Amino acid sequence: MITLPFSRRQQPGRYARATDNESAAPTVQTDIILPDIDSPSGLSANGGFDVRRELFGETSAGELVADSITAWFGTHKVLDRVSLTMETGKVTALIGPSGCGKSTFLRILNRMHEMVPSASLSGEVRLDGSDLYERSQRLTWARRQVGMIFQKPNPFPAMSIYENTIAALNLTGVRANREQKDQLVEDSLRKASLWDEVKDRLEQPGGGLSGGQQQRLCIARALAVAPRVLLMDEPCSALDPTSTRRVEETIAQLRGQMTIVIVTHNMQQAARVSDECAFFLAAQNTPGVIVEHGDTGAMFNNPQDERTFDYVNGRFG
Amino acid sequence: MTETTAIAPRLTAQPSYPEDGSDAAAPRALKYVIERADRTFRGVARGGGLIVLTIMVLVGLYLTINAVQAVSAVGIVEFVTETAWSPETNRFGVAALLTGTVLIALVAIVISLPLALGMSLFITEITAGGFQRFMRSVIDLMAAVPSVVFGLWGLAFLQPAIVPFSRWLSTWFGWIPIFAVDGVDPTNPLPNTSLFTSSTFIAGLVVAMMVIPIMSSLMIESFSRAPIGEREGAYALGATRWGMIRSVVLPFGKGGVIGGTMLGLGRALGETIAIYLIISPIFDINPHILQRGANSIAAHIALRYGEANSFSMSALMAAGLALFVLTMVINFTASTVIARSRSGAESEG
Ligand SMILES: Nc1ncnc2c1ncn2[C@@H]1O[C@H](COP(=O)(O)OP(=O)(O)O)[C@@H](O)[C@H]1O
Ligand SMILES: [Mg+2]
Repeated sequence: MITLPFSRRQQPGRYARATDNESAAPTVQTDIILPDIDSPSGLSANGGFDVRRELFGETSAGELVADSITAWFGTHKVLDRVSLTMETGKVTALIGPSGCGKSTFLRILNRMHEMVPSASLSGEVRLDGSDLYERSQRLTWARRQVGMIFQKPNPFPAMSIYENTIAALNLTGVRANREQKDQLVEDSLRKASLWDEVKDRLEQPGGGLSGGQQQRLCIARALAVAPRVLLMDEPCSALDPTSTRRVEETIAQLRGQMTIVIVTHNMQQAARVSDECAFFLAAQNTPGVIVEHGDTGAMFNNPQDERTFDYVNGRFG
Repeated sequence: MTETTAIAPRLTAQPSYPEDGSDAAAPRALKYVIERADRTFRGVARGGGLIVLTIMVLVGLYLTINAVQAVSAVGIVEFVTETAWSPETNRFGVAALLTGTVLIALVAIVISLPLALGMSLFITEITAGGFQRFMRSVIDLMAAVPSVVFGLWGLAFLQPAIVPFSRWLSTWFGWIPIFAVDGVDPTNPLPNTSLFTSSTFIAGLVVAMMVIPIMSSLMIESFSRAPIGEREGAYALGATRWGMIRSVVLPFGKGGVIGGTMLGLGRALGETIAIYLIISPIFDINPHILQRGANSIAAHIALRYGEANSFSMSALMAAGLALFVLTMVINFTASTVIARSRSGAESEG
C-alpha cells in the first residue's frame, strides 16, 4: 500500500512547471505529415495533472543518470561501465546493432533487469539524484517513477480498455473514486492519442484492439501512473507504418512532460523523435559500451566516431 | 483414393465482392483433397472418441436396466425421498446417501480449494529453480498415492488429532446449524469425544487431502503458463507481486482453477475406500457435519454388495445410477459455466 503525499498538492511551484512544459512546443524534425489526431491542447491546462497529483504526488519530469553500469547474465558480461545522462524532459534514443545490450541497459533503468534469475549488475541509476538501487528504495516505487513500454504490446487481455488504462491503480493499491478514474482514463487515452478510437467501447476487452492500438493502450496505461521517465524498447517494431507514426506523434506530445528513453532500430525514427542519441556497440565477444552520444543532429550529420558514421549510414548492424 | 469434403455449410458470413455482370454471386462450395496423414489421424481420433462415448452410454444403460427392478418396486419418488436402506422390507432410497455424498464432497472442496490455490501460487510464483521442480514432483507423487493409504492415515492419525478442533468448532460456532452437535455438553470437562468421530467433516477433510494434489497439479500447469510479457507489464507499472498475481496470473489461470476444482469435485463425489474407512454409516439426512454419522453412495455400495441378493443388487445399481447422474449434472453445469466465463488464456495475441 502506498501512502499518498497529498500535501504536495499545496506546493505552488508544480503548476508553473507543468504549464512551462506544455508551452515548450515540440521541435521534432518530422518529415512526414501526421494525420489529424486528438489535439493535446484540447486538454484542460491541468486536466490530467490535477488528478495524477492527487493520486500519485510528484509528476514532473525527472533527470535520469546511469552511472557506470555493468551488467551480467550469469558470468556473461553484457555491459561494461556504461554511463549516460538522460536529461529532464528530453527524448533520448538508444541505437545500435542487435545484442549489444540496449534492452538490458533499458531494463536496468527501471529495475526490471533483476527479474531474470541469473542477472546481476553494478553501478548506480539516479533519478533526480536519488539512487533507484538504494537499499531503502522500494522496487514498486522505482518502477512507478520509471515506466516502460515493451516491444510486444502486452495489455491485460481479460480486462476492458477502461480497466487496462487504470490497471496500475489496482496493482499499486492506490484508491480513486469513480470521477477520478474517469478523468484519468480519458486523459491518459488522449495523451496516448487513442481516445477518439476507443471512447465508445471502453468496456470492450483490451485484447481485441489492433496491434498499434494495443501498443497505444499500453502507453496510456503507463501514463496513468504519471511516470517521471518513460522507457520504450523498440515500441514500434511490431507495428504498421500508420501506427508507428501515431506512436511517434504521441512521443512528440509527451516530450517535456516526462523524460523519454527509446530504443529503436529505425534510424529515421531516431532522427525524427529524439533530442539526444547514444550509440551502443558490442564488438565480437566483448560487452556492450556506448561508443558515442550527444545531440541527435550532430550524431547523424557529423559523427565523431567512424563506427557511428558507418552505423547511421546503414553500413552495418 | 481420394475423398472430398464440403466445408461450405460451415461458412457463416459470405463476402460480397461485386462481380462483373452478375450481382447474384452464389458462394462456391469449397472442396479439397484430404491428405492421407490427415485421413488416418481423423480416423484414429474419431475411433477413440466413439469408443469412449460408447462405453459411457453402455455404463449408463447397464445401470439403468439393472436399476429398473428395484426402482419399479418402490416407485421413483419414494426412491429419491426415502432415507432408509432396507431392500428386504422394500423400504429403501437414496435421500440420505445422496445428501451425505454431496456434503462430504462440499466439505472437501471448501477445504481443498483455498489450500490448493495457495500451494499452486506458492510453487509457481514464490519458489524457483530446483526447489520448484522438486515441489512439482512431490505434488505429482502425492496425486498417485492410493486412497486407501489416505483413509488409513485419516483413521489412525488425523481423526484423533482433529477431534479437539471439531469440538472447539461446535462449542463456539454451534449456533450455526451445520456446526451444531446434538447431545454435546460444552460445560462437561470430560466430553464424549466419540460424538465427534466418523463425521462428515473428518471424511471431507481426508478427501480434501486426497484431491489437493490433483487440483494443484492442474492449477500449477495453468499458472505457470501465464505469459511473461503480461507479468512484466504489470511489474513495470509498479505492481506488487500480489497485484501482479491478481491481475495477470489468476485471470489467465482461471480455466485451470475451475477445471481443477471440477476434477477434485468428481474425485470427491466418487471416493469410496477412504470414506468407507472413516464414516459410521447412518441412514438419516444429517446436516450436522461435525457429528458422528455420515454416508456416501460409493462407500455404501462397497459396504453392501457382498451380502446382496439379486434384488438388493438391483437397489445398489440404482444408487450407482443416482451417483452417475449427479456427477453428469455437475460436470455439464460446470462446463457450461466455464464456456460462459471469459478466460484470460483465450485472447493471447
Ligand atoms: N535473459 C537473458 N539471459 C541470458 N542472456 C541474455 C538475456 N537477455 C539478453 N541476454 C544477452 O545479453 C546480450 C544483450 O542483449 P540485449 O540487451 O537484449 O540486446 P539488444 O536489446 O541491444 O538487442 C545478448 O548477448 C543476449 O544474448
Ligand atoms: Mg532489444
